[in-house]
Amino acid sequence: MILAWLILLLLAAGPLAWLLDRRGSQWPRWIALGALAIDLVLTLILWIERDAQASISSQGVRLADLSLPWIPRFGIGVHLTLDGFSLLLVLLTLFLGVTAVVASWTEIKEHVGFFHFNLLWVLAGVLGVFLAMDLFLFFVFWEVMLVPMYFLISVWGHEHRVYAAVKFFLFTQAGSLLMLIAILGLVFIHAQQTDMVTFDYQQLLDTKMDRTVAMWLMLGFFAAFAVKLPAVPFHVWLPDAHTEAPTGGSVILAGLLLKTGAYGMIRFAVPLFPEAAQTFAPVAMTLGAIGILYGGMLAFAQTDLKRLVAYSSINHLGFVLLGIFSGNAIALKGSVMQMIAHGITTGALFILVGALQERLGTRDMRRMGGLWTTVPGFGAVMLVFAIASLGLPGSGNFIGEFLVLLGTYRVNVLVTVLAALGLVVSVIYSLALIQQTFHGSANESWAVPDLSMRYLVTLGSMIAVQVWLGLSPQPVLDIAGKALENLRGFGNEAAIVSRR
Amino acid sequence: MPTQCPVCGDEMLDLLWLVPAVPLIGFLVLALAGGWLSRGMIALVGVGSTGLSMGVAWLVGIAFIASAPSIQTYDQTLWTRLDVSGLAPTIGFYLDPLSLVMMLVITLVGFLIHLYSAEFMIGDEGYRRFFAYMNLFVAAMLTLVLADNLLLLYLGWEGVGLCSYLLIGFWYREPANGAAAQKAFIVTRLGDVALAIGLLLLFTHLGTLNIQDLMRRAIEQWPVGSGLAAITAFLLLGGAVGKSAQLPLQTWLPDAMAGPTPVSALIHAATMVTAGMYLIARTHVLYSLAPTAQTAVAVIGAVTLLLASCSALVQRDFKRVLAYSTISQIGYMFLALGVGAWAAALFHFTTHAFFKALLFLAAGVVIQSLHEEHDIYRMGGLRKLLPVPFWTFLIGAASLAGFPLVTAGFYSKDWILWEAWASPTGSAWFWGAGLIGALLTAIYSFRLVFLVFFGELKTAIGPKPGWVMKFPLVTLAGGALVVGFLQIPRTLGDVPIFGEFVASALPSVMGTSSVTMEFAFQVLTMVMALLGIFVAYVLFLRRPSLIDTPLATVWGSALSRFWFAGWGFDRLYDLLFVHPFLWVAQANKDDLIDRGYASLAWLIREFFAVLHRTQTGQVRWYAAVLAGGSVAIVALAVLS
Repeated sequence: MILAWLILLLLAAGPLAWLLDRRGSQWPRWIALGALAIDLVLTLILWIERDAQASISSQGVRLADLSLPWIPRFGIGVHLTLDGFSLLLVLLTLFLGVTAVVASWTEIKEHVGFFHFNLLWVLAGVLGVFLAMDLFLFFVFWEVMLVPMYFLISVWGHEHRVYAAVKFFLFTQAGSLLMLIAILGLVFIHAQQTDMVTFDYQQLLDTKMDRTVAMWLMLGFFAAFAVKLPAVPFHVWLPDAHTEAPTGGSVILAGLLLKTGAYGMIRFAVPLFPEAAQTFAPVAMTLGAIGILYGGMLAFAQTDLKRLVAYSSINHLGFVLLGIFSGNAIALKGSVMQMIAHGITTGALFILVGALQERLGTRDMRRMGGLWTTVPGFGAVMLVFAIASLGLPGSGNFIGEFLVLLGTYRVNVLVTVLAALGLVVSVIYSLALIQQTFHGSANESWAVPDLSMRYLVTLGSMIAVQVWLGLSPQPVLDIAGKALENLRGFGNEAAIVSRR
Repeated sequence: MPTQCPVCGDEMLDLLWLVPAVPLIGFLVLALAGGWLSRGMIALVGVGSTGLSMGVAWLVGIAFIASAPSIQTYDQTLWTRLDVSGLAPTIGFYLDPLSLVMMLVITLVGFLIHLYSAEFMIGDEGYRRFFAYMNLFVAAMLTLVLADNLLLLYLGWEGVGLCSYLLIGFWYREPANGAAAQKAFIVTRLGDVALAIGLLLLFTHLGTLNIQDLMRRAIEQWPVGSGLAAITAFLLLGGAVGKSAQLPLQTWLPDAMAGPTPVSALIHAATMVTAGMYLIARTHVLYSLAPTAQTAVAVIGAVTLLLASCSALVQRDFKRVLAYSTISQIGYMFLALGVGAWAAALFHFTTHAFFKALLFLAAGVVIQSLHEEHDIYRMGGLRKLLPVPFWTFLIGAASLAGFPLVTAGFYSKDWILWEAWASPTGSAWFWGAGLIGALLTAIYSFRLVFLVFFGELKTAIGPKPGWVMKFPLVTLAGGALVVGFLQIPRTLGDVPIFGEFVASALPSVMGTSSVTMEFAFQVLTMVMALLGIFVAYVLFLRRPSLIDTPLATVWGSALSRFWFAGWGFDRLYDLLFVHPFLWVAQANKDDLIDRGYASLAWLIREFFAVLHRTQTGQVRWYAAVLAGGSVAIVALAVLS
């Protein structure tokens, strides 16, 4: 039942924050922070007691489970399951949720209550996506994420917010539509075979079908997730949405919404249609490698600081896509590590960029330069995350990228070499970021305050997590590992070892 | 594996982890709490941490040497970082004679450079940042040489790359410094990608990243000349040429002079550029399995040492001469590695660390005294005014030039030259390249001595160095003289301490050779060094017209400019890689794919606009279209 509470708390805190806005704009902030903090503590308890909670069933290790009927006539139920993989993502969601609230503390001055309502509901949607084990419920949560995010961008965004929000909505919705058709198709085929209409993930797993049909259905899921991830060439909504969104929105977009795409592929697209996914793998891996290089090139060319960070996500998520479709356990673990590390790194970069924009009133790097002298604290923290972003060993990003490359190498050397060249491109744009903002000669003289304590604590904790992931990644990989081993379509470690 | 050790002990050896940890702690203290520290405290933390690290390193070294031969190697595992499908790299350190020598040299030279910096950098506003980065640099380099697995080595490897970037661009407000720093990071990163792919290959085929296990399995599974061994060796070589600034990735090092002088000293002597040499020495088993790759190492070394010494001859910037000199001297080390003279390469690293650090630090004093004047043609006559820098620089230059018998550089270079000839994989070509290089080295190093310290005084000088800067100079000068006596060839006294000590880690060359032959070669080497010094004396002090006249001709000045520009590599790379990359990035700045979607949206809007225009609201228009349409359909039905 705890899983339902996690989501319900956020869903309930949302309207409360909106209502109490009348009493003062601090109320919604504290309510949002409180709700997220309670959720975070509850999840941490689940983390600590995970061995005691775990129940090993035929479907693998579950840490918590909830199954209630909802629309029994169509076999739709409220089925939430927490395993190690989703536990990590739930933790990431709540952690980044807290940082997003903190980062929005002074930035959001209008409609504060409604802002936090939307923020909490997006997060509730994300939690639902990571927990749902019923495809209908999953789709509902998938859509719950979308609408509040649309408002976050279009109401509190920057200059071209409406354009960006509509673009975001259209692309995501087009993908969702294809996924809905694929879900219905899968349920229909399953019902034909078993005379039982169900949307339950576990029962749909064993559906047998024609190869062509499986390919089309897989592509339906893939479309939705590839837009969200985003994979080139479906990425064009991302730079606009990330750049125009308010800081909190950018953190959630980059840190979490992109991960729902990766999560969907790992949990649904590949295990539901393992053979189709395997056939499709060369295409997906190529798209991943292209994304790594193409996103990096685009990031380098930008003059808008926030757009640079946005494009860097395409570069990083290329590794995730590559790892998922390499079809082996090492690369998959790398992908999961990359998801988490990227969430932290890019979240922090967006917080920094947002705070900088709040102070300078611009995101144009041509007007910056030499800022280290004015705001050394800013510069130091930005430097730390820029070098994490370029995948320096010692950061979680390195572990992720290295494991992905290590796994992919067994499958396709050429793609691996191309992706490895992406490591050079990521250095180029990360250093360009630092050079154009904090190093170099000052193009304008700015007199702005350095990072406040509020930011230092938030970003400091993000650095700590990042370094922990980089130097001692094993606990995270262990927790994810047990869950991932039970997913179909990724091979298993024994098979890999024996191939040597 | 520490077994029973009667003499000393494992307790001492157990302190090994402190060697890289102490400078790391120094970095953390300076980075996190440095804001509250005074300059004195900052210097204390920065210099003290490397000093402490040096102390521990020497204690460990003495314990290790005292317990030999019962302890040949020592392994210390702190924790297992990762455990995925057989990939279980640890945070663990491995001590054998090779890593021990590296560790001792790095900590000693590193400490002296830190001490020097305490005075040299005192007026800089970034004092704390400087020492923080320097400490991190030393910690990363120590991690690199002590790592027991390639993944941890890679952490140190990238760590030194990062620190070099931070320190070369230390004076960040000057965009040129930023460009040099980025160039260093990006060019070496190209090599790092090759190294990373090498790691992937090694793990995929040999199933571990622990260096010693890898070497054992490589011997078991790969025959000599096997394709995989060759590919791996070439990939690792790619990483090595990047970090060690060898052809074709040498272009970053001359520009790396943008950093403060102690940084150059650290990069050139103790950290960074020797990493490539270390990597090849560490994995020398692979190169023994891949003769083609090993030959490639020797060829790269020989060609690099010649090209770089030619460039060094014509530079005007004091530090750029030294930079090309480093590229050339690392070329010697690569040449030695390429002919299987692993120990000779390590020995040249050791002597080079002393004299190159010395040369840079003395140059720093000169440049600072002359108010940041870098042009050696605007210097002169400083012999009397700056006696300590003069004498120490003279010793350093003599050592670099290989001045016979009394300098360390002579013994190490002579060893390499002899092995280049006598080793089974050696050849007259390698030896000849080394010999010509020795002549050129002597010329360019004494060109510096004569131009800077002799002749007439050209500039007024500023503040003179205090003892904090003089002490490292004198100590390093001592080292540049006596370290060579650790390995005296059989023709001149036969003291093979160094070679025997490292023999358990780096096998010695099995060459056939006669003593008379060796002696004849040595005489030739000595003659070359002395001849070079004499040539420099004539050309740059006695009769400058002799060199100025040929330089004034068309061909002479063209060649000189070509060498000055480092054989045009920068322009070539700009043309081949940098400009195309920038052009593509700029052309695609707005993302052509996005334009594609935008034109789709435009099409739909236009289509909508056309349809929209048909909706006029006029009944007769609708009626006309209705009628026209009906007629058309009927006509179609009738006619078809």
